[in-house]
Amino acid sequence: MNYRLVLRYIGYIVLLEGLFMIPAMLISLFSHEKAAWMAFLGTILFSEIVGFLLTRLRCHDTMQAREGFATVALGWIMMSLVGALPFFFSGAIPNFLDCWFETVSGFTTTGSSILPTVENLPYGILYWRSFIIWLGGMGVLVFLLAVVPLTRGSGSPLQLMKAESPGPSVGKLTPTIRRTSRRLYEIYIALTVLEIILLLAGGMPLFEAVTHSFSTAGTGGFSVKNLSIGAYDSPYLQAVVGVFMMLFGVNFSVYYLILTRQFRAAWKNEEVRLYIAIMAGATLLIAINILPSYTDGARAFLDSFFQVSSIMTTTGFSTVNFDLWPEFSRLLLVILMLVGACAGSTGGGIKVSRLIILFKHLKNEMGAMLRPHSVRTVRMDGKKTDDGIVRGTTAFLVAYLAIAIFSMILVALDNYSQETTATAVLTCLNNIGPGLDLVGPMGNFSSFSGLSKFVLSLDMLFGRLEIFPLLFLFTPAAWERPRKSKRMENSVIDA
Amino acid sequence: MRIVVIGDGKVGYILTKLLAQEGHDVVVIDRNPLVLRDAQEKLDVAVLTGNGACAEVQREAGVPDSDLLIAATSSDEVNLLCSLIAHKLGCRHIVARVRNPEYDQQMSLLKADLGLSFTINPEKSAASEIFRLLQFPQFLKRDSFAGGRAEMVEIKLPKDSRFIGRRIDQISDMLKRRALICVVDRGGKIFIPSGQFTIFSEDKLTIMAATAELPDLIRRFGVPTKTVQKVMIVGGSRTAAYLAKQLLAARVEVTILERSYERCEELFELLPEATIINGDGTMQSLLLDEGVEEMDAVISLTGMDEENLLVSMFANYIGVPKTITKINRLEYTDVLSNIGVDTLVSPKLLTANEIVRYVRAVGESGQDSVETLYRIGEGKAEGLGFTVPQTGAFLGVPLERLPIRKGILLASIVRNQQVIIPRGSDCMMPSDAVIVVAGPEQTIARLTDIFTDNEGRAL
Repeated sequence: MNYRLVLRYIGYIVLLEGLFMIPAMLISLFSHEKAAWMAFLGTILFSEIVGFLLTRLRCHDTMQAREGFATVALGWIMMSLVGALPFFFSGAIPNFLDCWFETVSGFTTTGSSILPTVENLPYGILYWRSFIIWLGGMGVLVFLLAVVPLTRGSGSPLQLMKAESPGPSVGKLTPTIRRTSRRLYEIYIALTVLEIILLLAGGMPLFEAVTHSFSTAGTGGFSVKNLSIGAYDSPYLQAVVGVFMMLFGVNFSVYYLILTRQFRAAWKNEEVRLYIAIMAGATLLIAINILPSYTDGARAFLDSFFQVSSIMTTTGFSTVNFDLWPEFSRLLLVILMLVGACAGSTGGGIKVSRLIILFKHLKNEMGAMLRPHSVRTVRMDGKKTDDGIVRGTTAFLVAYLAIAIFSMILVALDNYSQETTATAVLTCLNNIGPGLDLVGPMGNFSSFSGLSKFVLSLDMLFGRLEIFPLLFLFTPAAWERPRKSKRMENSVIDA
Repeated sequence: MRIVVIGDGKVGYILTKLLAQEGHDVVVIDRNPLVLRDAQEKLDVAVLTGNGACAEVQREAGVPDSDLLIAATSSDEVNLLCSLIAHKLGCRHIVARVRNPEYDQQMSLLKADLGLSFTINPEKSAASEIFRLLQFPQFLKRDSFAGGRAEMVEIKLPKDSRFIGRRIDQISDMLKRRALICVVDRGGKIFIPSGQFTIFSEDKLTIMAATAELPDLIRRFGVPTKTVQKVMIVGGSRTAAYLAKQLLAARVEVTILERSYERCEELFELLPEATIINGDGTMQSLLLDEGVEEMDAVISLTGMDEENLLVSMFANYIGVPKTITKINRLEYTDVLSNIGVDTLVSPKLLTANEIVRYVRAVGESGQDSVETLYRIGEGKAEGLGFTVPQTGAFLGVPLERLPIRKGILLASIVRNQQVIIPRGSDCMMPSDAVIVVAGPEQTIARLTDIFTDNEGRAL
């Protein structure tokens, strides 16, 4: 591994993170929160100095798959450690492991919290807690690729984008990485601003509108209210958040297609169609299931839609305590946790497109058992899916199950109910937020032991980075040093 | 610029790479997903699997909104079909690779209908390049500027040259300022030398001078001059046919060695004045039988790089004054320069450079854009030719007072047919042709790019 290159990229990440803390510091400064703004200032200085020094490293800058994975995995770990410092220094969360858990939960857009109440926290800290969701949702490296000219055409940084963007394959919207990342962030910012405006129109105060929009955009689910979105008794606000959660769970390339007037291609996207179909079906089933306890049918429908949208997009907001719902609805929600949102969105989970690939593959394999000489390929959106992607998807599922089971065994040591243990792991691994029972929408993660919190934090990172970049760090091959060779520097024609 | 390249073969790949490095939006189309995967991982470009001659595929690649389409598949017919479709879809500029000599002759007939800006023919380009090199066999490389009035040539200093151990400014005085050493290649490392730079033996020098004065200057460097009268070409490829035609027209004796009997017959019909030998040109005995020792130059043009290299090494070994080797794979050039193979010619690189030059010219439609571009020292430096525009803050200002970027050298100014090797007191005037040498990491597309402030205001 080219350590210097990886460190240099991490330097850029830390540098950028420090800059992003400035608004949080200013909010604390104007709200007279002395401990908080001092904590932010200290962290900013620290990250700017460390980041500046690391970006000065000189090295051969060809990014291979190995460096791409390592940059993403180590970068995210470093980013969450630096991001946890303000929580720690300001005294908002006294235990550093708790701070890290909270920050990882933010960056990975999980939204699981160890805080029983949030309304007493400083404004700057609350802002930062929501902002890291927004940044983690689209990805900090994607942002970096959009603003910093890291390479000059040669040595594609596609590896970085591949490792950070969710989904079985990465499609560039435009020929260059830089423009693709810009387009993604433009769409992302536009949707976020639209949500802020609509929430303001519904009478939500500015600070809450901004933080909730950030949380929705990243499909994270940190709220500045103890009761989450349930604190607002307005069906309009709940519907706006519900719809936007759904929108942020859609593959962003569809928005790009719509913006470039390729409506037919956008409409043909199998994944988004199935995503909407699953959401509609689940909403209907749950609404019927919970109807007996409601007097108002429309209310039951809205609550069902909000909860389904929140869980399936892996946001994790809640308007009601769905832990009290009938068993059928609860189970459906757990299944939606596993399904997750679309590839190329800010949501987590296994992703609808992986399920499509897996089921089509299953169908092909079953067909091949009956007629061994028949030739079949997996097709998506009318095109053949690369065999490598099909294999990668099955490998993903195996790794996913192994990590889930292993984590559950470790978390079970805390001796909570099976439901708590299993849903805690699933909710973290799929970046959702709430689970059932103890970790339900009204509960939190504070009572878990240190080991469990550590395991769950890793699960969140595994989920957000889609397992492989992080898993790769546990192999010896990742840490091998390259042999020094006489490289042809600047050679244009090493074709 | 938005560019679509059809065909990700050897030429397509290097072209894509050069264009992506220049910062263009490149989409590559090929039928083979495996070669595309390589392009996608290593270069910052978009790829599309499919038949490039299919309108649906071209539409998906965005050809209607593209500035340039380059059809570079291995088949001329497919390339022409690609061009026709791209033209119908409304692509602004179209370049196609057409190699077959039979089609090559009728291109003027088809150009307008197919919307072609120009066609590229790597074999023909290579033949012309080799012919130019043979005109002055002592030059390792030879590039012309300002309509052929000024040239930039690469020579290897002989061991007994009186310039060895001297500084550049001393050499300039000895040459009465009629030539300028603009690039020094020392064992693969490229220097753009200042006046204090000292020349060692074994250095390869790139020299800028007026074309008319070149032979005299070269003699002063101690490089022997000799004209080529007898040439042996090993391998009867298309390039060989193009080259032999040019050589015969210049009254040079040509012997071609070709393995296939049918091809020999074809060549004989095409080139009745040449001596065509049927046999394996890589066999030492055959080479010696055919008098390789008496040749002024040996050109290896078989389809195999390894064979070409062997033949050239052997020819060098027995003392043939000039060998030129055609090579397809460029990644080993650094190694080859040490084993007695002096001049390498790569058809695909020549072609790619031709297109990059064209792209720079159409991309920068201002009048001060690049007119000629040559790569020096395996592409680590570039020589660029410009015409000075009619207006600009830098006109008439002595060069020593202009904010010229580091790593940039103004190599010569051509004014009223006169080649001036500039000093600090010289200045640029409207309609001058100027030649600029740029070191690595410098991308120059317009003349004003050579200034630190992009305008050239006097300091």
